[in-house]
Amino acid sequence: MAFNYDEYLRLEKMPTLWCWGCGDGIVLKAFVRAVDKLQIPKDDICVVSGIGCSGRFSSYVDFNTIHTTHGRTPAYATGVKLANPDKTVVCVTGDGDALAIGGNHTIHAARRNIDITFIVIQNFIYGLTNSQTSPTTPQGMWTVTQKIGNIDPAFDACRLVEAAGASFVAREAVTKPKKLEKVIVEALKHKGFAYVDALTNCHINLGRKNKMVSAMETLDWIDSITLTKPKYDALSEEEKKKYLPTGILKQDTEAEEYCELYQRIIDAHQGKRAKITREEFDQKITI
Amino acid sequence: MAGGDKVVINERGNREIVMIGNHLAAQAAVDCGCKFFGGYPITPSSEVMEYISDALPAVGGTCIQMEDEIAGVAVATGAAMSGVRAMTATSGPGISLKAENLGLAQMAEVPLVVVNVMRGGPSTGLPTRVAQGDINQAKNPSHGDYKSIALCAGTLAECYTETVRAFNLADRFMQPVFVLLDATLGLMHAKAEIPSLEEVQKNIVPRKKFEGDPKDYKPYGVAQDEPAVLNPMFQGYRYHFTGLHHDANGFPTEEIETCRKLIDRLFRKVEEHKDEIESNEEFMIDDADILLIGYGSASLSIKEAVMRLREQGIKAGMFRPITIWPSPEDRMYELGQKFDKVMVVELNQGQYLEEVQRSMGRRDIEKLTKTNGRPFSPQDIIDKVKEVF
Repeated sequence: MAFNYDEYLRLEKMPTLWCWGCGDGIVLKAFVRAVDKLQIPKDDICVVSGIGCSGRFSSYVDFNTIHTTHGRTPAYATGVKLANPDKTVVCVTGDGDALAIGGNHTIHAARRNIDITFIVIQNFIYGLTNSQTSPTTPQGMWTVTQKIGNIDPAFDACRLVEAAGASFVAREAVTKPKKLEKVIVEALKHKGFAYVDALTNCHINLGRKNKMVSAMETLDWIDSITLTKPKYDALSEEEKKKYLPTGILKQDTEAEEYCELYQRIIDAHQGKRAKITREEFDQKITI
Repeated sequence: MAGGDKVVINERGNREIVMIGNHLAAQAAVDCGCKFFGGYPITPSSEVMEYISDALPAVGGTCIQMEDEIAGVAVATGAAMSGVRAMTATSGPGISLKAENLGLAQMAEVPLVVVNVMRGGPSTGLPTRVAQGDINQAKNPSHGDYKSIALCAGTLAECYTETVRAFNLADRFMQPVFVLLDATLGLMHAKAEIPSLEEVQKNIVPRKKFEGDPKDYKPYGVAQDEPAVLNPMFQGYRYHFTGLHHDANGFPTEEIETCRKLIDRLFRKVEEHKDEIESNEEFMIDDADILLIGYGSASLSIKEAVMRLREQGIKAGMFRPITIWPSPEDRMYELGQKFDKVMVVELNQGQYLEEVQRSMGRRDIEKLTKTNGRPFSPQDIIDKVKEVF
């Protein structure tokens, strides 16, 4: 039987505001299927989004939803999660939202390793506002603010959040919807900050201005710059510069999660703390 | 009390305690059911977070120091959206950074208490010194149209009681409420008489909740002079928060009449219930010839000046707005009719003076202002009164 999306969507909000052929809908479907697979009750999920095309995601899904200010999604989500540690909190954001204006919050949510599933719909451009340069726009591409070709170096956000402390990091493209669904399932199951870089096409405001006139051509380009992690790992350092690795890039199930760490503070202030020795103190300090 | 501060219950059944204003504001939050604090260290408000970082977990709540001021207000707003009482504290530069997100809380009607311990500005200004320069900022910190509520503590005890009132007003009107302290009050270490815990808890008015069928729930579909009814998350009432113009269910819309009505309602829910918000003190004004208007820590010096002037045969009195915004414009109009000699005394260049002029409908109002980071001495005020009247 075909999967029934209706149960999870706010049907009265359909059709979405996303352009024809946009990959955001594929991310939405992958997310909904992942939630269904894990049978998480709709009432137990809060989806938080920011500003940009990805920002509209929250209004289309029938969960508890928040559409926040530009870039502050991780901070709002942290508030929801810390006040309700037993609930599932998901951020759906974009490359401009999470990595430019909200970069600081993304770093620190990752550093705390708070149990939030963090999906970045990564389309390499500011799509909603007509083609301004994003932190992931490849150098050389035409943007409306850099018409001779973008000179700003792009960066790999997966490496950023991994270095910051995220305990789960994955990347998939909308060209592989089943794989994308799978990594979102793993991200939702993971206890800790779970980052998913969901590569998608903006053929309207990236593709057709960069010699990829259709959705398909833009998707082909995404496929041409991605390699599965094992293949990517086998490349020389020089060759790696041409590709982004896909799949689960990091999965540390031992890392301490922030809400659990905070519970220690609560326990301590409620008199459940034992006196510690000098030796225990030294062991406790980690740099 | 956190930190082992000694409490004495006096003959009126009130608590007497020696504490700084910042700690009193934090304790007030804990006493009236606040369960979440998010903030970022900033002088002279840091003691609020320092105190509450112990006091909140002790009652099962959460305090988190965020990566910046913006995240400080966002994390608290997120917690408040989920249904808990939440607070943040900062000073002027922090409010400047938080402004956009305070706008979201206004637009989405999220109750939040925002303590601003005022210091000298603009910019980094005089971080450790007193000022009352954030009066205009408290009226409109963010872009767009909405109606702020700002309470200004004038005594140490009010650092506590106004914070309690702020939580109740935030839940009543479903919006951020400012508690304005200043560097003098926030760090003043002296005895305060505050209500008993039972008294505080008895008067807690939690936010309204819709109890009917989720299908009939319209969080923003309320009377034109009433705030949104926002249920806690995770209880079967799934709806949407947004900073965009939105319809009765909280979903973005550009429909002309809906947009007009939304902003109109953000104003009217406050304006048509000003009597529930207004709070003033009138000190020795019944037989006075000279009216001094002031608020916050400056009012401590004004009171002393009033008493000394009276010893010298000059009949002065003081009017002190405790609710700064919305201003007590009707009462100020009446006082403007009664008194020829009016002077506003404030630690800025005359920010509230303009509101007094507007309310009284006259421009012949004297002012005593100061922006060098130092408080008024009573003598400053006495000298000025003798000079101008």
